[in-house]
Amino acid sequence: MQFPAWSESQALEVISRICDEPGPVLVTLQAVQTFFGYVPDAAVALIANACNVSRADVHGVLTFYHDLRTELPPEVSIHLCVAEACQSMGSREVMENSRKAFATNSSVEIRDAYCLGNCALAPAASVNGNLRGRVSAQSLVAEVAKVAMR
Amino acid sequence: MTIVYVPGDSAARSVGSDAVADSIALEALTRGLDIQIIRNGSRGALWLETLVEVLTDSGRIAYGPVSSSDVTSLFDANFMNGGPHALFQGVTDEIDWLAKQDRITFKRVGIIDPLSILDYEAHGGLVGLRTAIGMTADEIVEQVTQSGLRGRGGAGFPAGIKWRTVLNTSAEKKYICCNADEGDSGTFADRMVMEGDPFMLLEGMTIAGIAVGAVEGVIYIRSEYPDAIAVMNKAIAIASKFGWLGKNVLGSSHEFTIRIRTGGGSYVCGEETAMLESIEGKRGVVRSKPPLPAIEGLFGKPTVINNVLTLATIPAVLADGADAYKARGVGRSVGTQVFQLGGNIARGGIVELAFGITLNALINNFGDGTFTGSPVRAVQIGGPLGAYLPLSSSDISMDYESLLSAGGMLGHGGIVVFDESVDMAIQAKFAMEFCAFESCGKCTPCRLGSTRGAETITKIIDGVDVEGNKRLLLDLCEVMTDGSLCAMGGLTPLPVKSAMLHFPEDFDSRNGGVR
Ligand SMILES: Cc1cc2nc3c(=O)[nH]c(=O)nc-3n(C[C@H](O)[C@H](O)[C@H](O)COP(=O)(O)O)c2cc1C
Ligand code: SF4
Ligand code: FES
Repeated sequence: MQFPAWSESQALEVISRICDEPGPVLVTLQAVQTFFGYVPDAAVALIANACNVSRADVHGVLTFYHDLRTELPPEVSIHLCVAEACQSMGSREVMENSRKAFATNSSVEIRDAYCLGNCALAPAASVNGNLRGRVSAQSLVAEVAKVAMR
Repeated sequence: MTIVYVPGDSAARSVGSDAVADSIALEALTRGLDIQIIRNGSRGALWLETLVEVLTDSGRIAYGPVSSSDVTSLFDANFMNGGPHALFQGVTDEIDWLAKQDRITFKRVGIIDPLSILDYEAHGGLVGLRTAIGMTADEIVEQVTQSGLRGRGGAGFPAGIKWRTVLNTSAEKKYICCNADEGDSGTFADRMVMEGDPFMLLEGMTIAGIAVGAVEGVIYIRSEYPDAIAVMNKAIAIASKFGWLGKNVLGSSHEFTIRIRTGGGSYVCGEETAMLESIEGKRGVVRSKPPLPAIEGLFGKPTVINNVLTLATIPAVLADGADAYKARGVGRSVGTQVFQLGGNIARGGIVELAFGITLNALINNFGDGTFTGSPVRAVQIGGPLGAYLPLSSSDISMDYESLLSAGGMLGHGGIVVFDESVDMAIQAKFAMEFCAFESCGKCTPCRLGSTRGAETITKIIDGVDVEGNKRLLLDLCEVMTDGSLCAMGGLTPLPVKSAMLHFPEDFDSRNGGVR
């Protein structure tokens, strides 16, 4: 996925749009990540300032949630479900084979997901946010090729 | 003009329903045929997705599972008039798998256009809310109490009693929080309600608001559900424009608004107090109780917290009366349960039935056995904190009490099937690892015990002092059960101990790690 490069003025604009919400820290972090693809170090102080909390508070929230990331994601982000229903349909093997298949492809990352709500069509994965069912390493390779074409 | 239904539910989309819809539109255009495609929710027969339906003189006719490469042949077979085809399933409502269900909460899911208020009303929507507007707060809470409806999020606590506490607590502000975190593996009913019948959830929340005197609602939806978030946002906008949400609910003197908060990918934020912390923008650390959220909840105010399915069932309770709902079920498990069949199962999806059906009927009659075709070995009921049961427990009645006495729990109603290839020691180890990964960190037995537990199971798998380590593991489970504040640490021992109890052979006599 493509994201705009870090810019303090744009960040301030994103932050000011949302930081008046009640209990603003998490939503503001989420808004920054939606815009830039991640939460850069530099955003922490801006958010702390806008939300009127300490930097430690913002950092605490940032490190608690598995979704929030401090590095830019690569072009393709695959979340492969490794929870029980998908395990019963061989997701451990799909994970192993997918890791091999994408080992040398630095534009693809594979992350663990714990249930994507597609347990009747397991194994499930989400590719750049698009849910897929009955996946295999091969189907993920094909999916990534499609993303690259776009 | 012919109406064609192609589900827009994300499970259907995950197996190509968007491409099917595109192909149908294109093919109709090329052939000069006048059609309208409606992206409905899913009927819940996920094994038949993409399930295409056509509205004909003899009702809605189904074809499935359709992939985009089948579309030309469907047109050639005159599917627009219900013509015969290899994927022909007959009248949708008469498909055995669907016809044998008893749908209340899922009554409209897959049938209506999810974002059409007209369609919603034509299928019984808003009757419950209009009824509630004509009642006193006390009468609404009494109806809900009388219906016997219990929370569907896991604990099964009576909804009416919770509402009564909030109603009786005076405060200048109160909240309705809908728990749509649905983190349990094997569950997807909340998602399908939100994507397939979003107004029903809004209606249930509005009724809850009127009942307890709250004017603000929050839906906490997990980030793994982007489609559900999008549909709910649109539904809120439509309901506000329609004059349902806002200052004067359907022209009454009641006020109610709803906003959405997105989760952060943390399982423990499904625990109700961690969810409140998360909505307040903080780390999702579980709160000690008391105070109960019903007395001091969101931002310290009295708060009704209910699961999606609980709130989504409220309109039907108000519309048809408590007695109609109560007439179904067994013992204290009244009404219907939305069972979710997943994992290694041939016919997975939503099976809504009165409590009391047997596990065997669900797995074999509806599920048609495993997907792989080899025998069922284990079933996990109630998510990652639920017990693993062997097939010998398959005549168990599926209700809260029977499952408890069988050493399990119903949880949110997810049923995950495993075939013979499952290694139960590995599953037990995963339960501990999952707890270590998702623990909020407040209690030592949960935070550290789970890591020690996973290490101990690794030793058992590797054949290191198996008997000693099994004893150690059971001790550890006891410490976690007794010393954890919430069910994350408190119930992780359930899958572990049930695996050890019912599948001892997977823990003993392992040959250098191999089962
Ligand atoms: C670790 C943990 C995770 C939970 N996850 C959910 C969840 O995803 N959805 C849910 O409705 N309840 C979940 N619960 C149960 C809630 O704490 C709470 O009981 C429920 O939301 C109340 O609604 P109900 O009475 O309608 O069931 C979870 C509980 C625990 C301990
Ligand atoms: S049991 Fe675990 S998740 Fe629950 S409060 Fe304790 S540390 Fe947090
Ligand atoms: S367990 Fe994988 S999608 Fe639910």
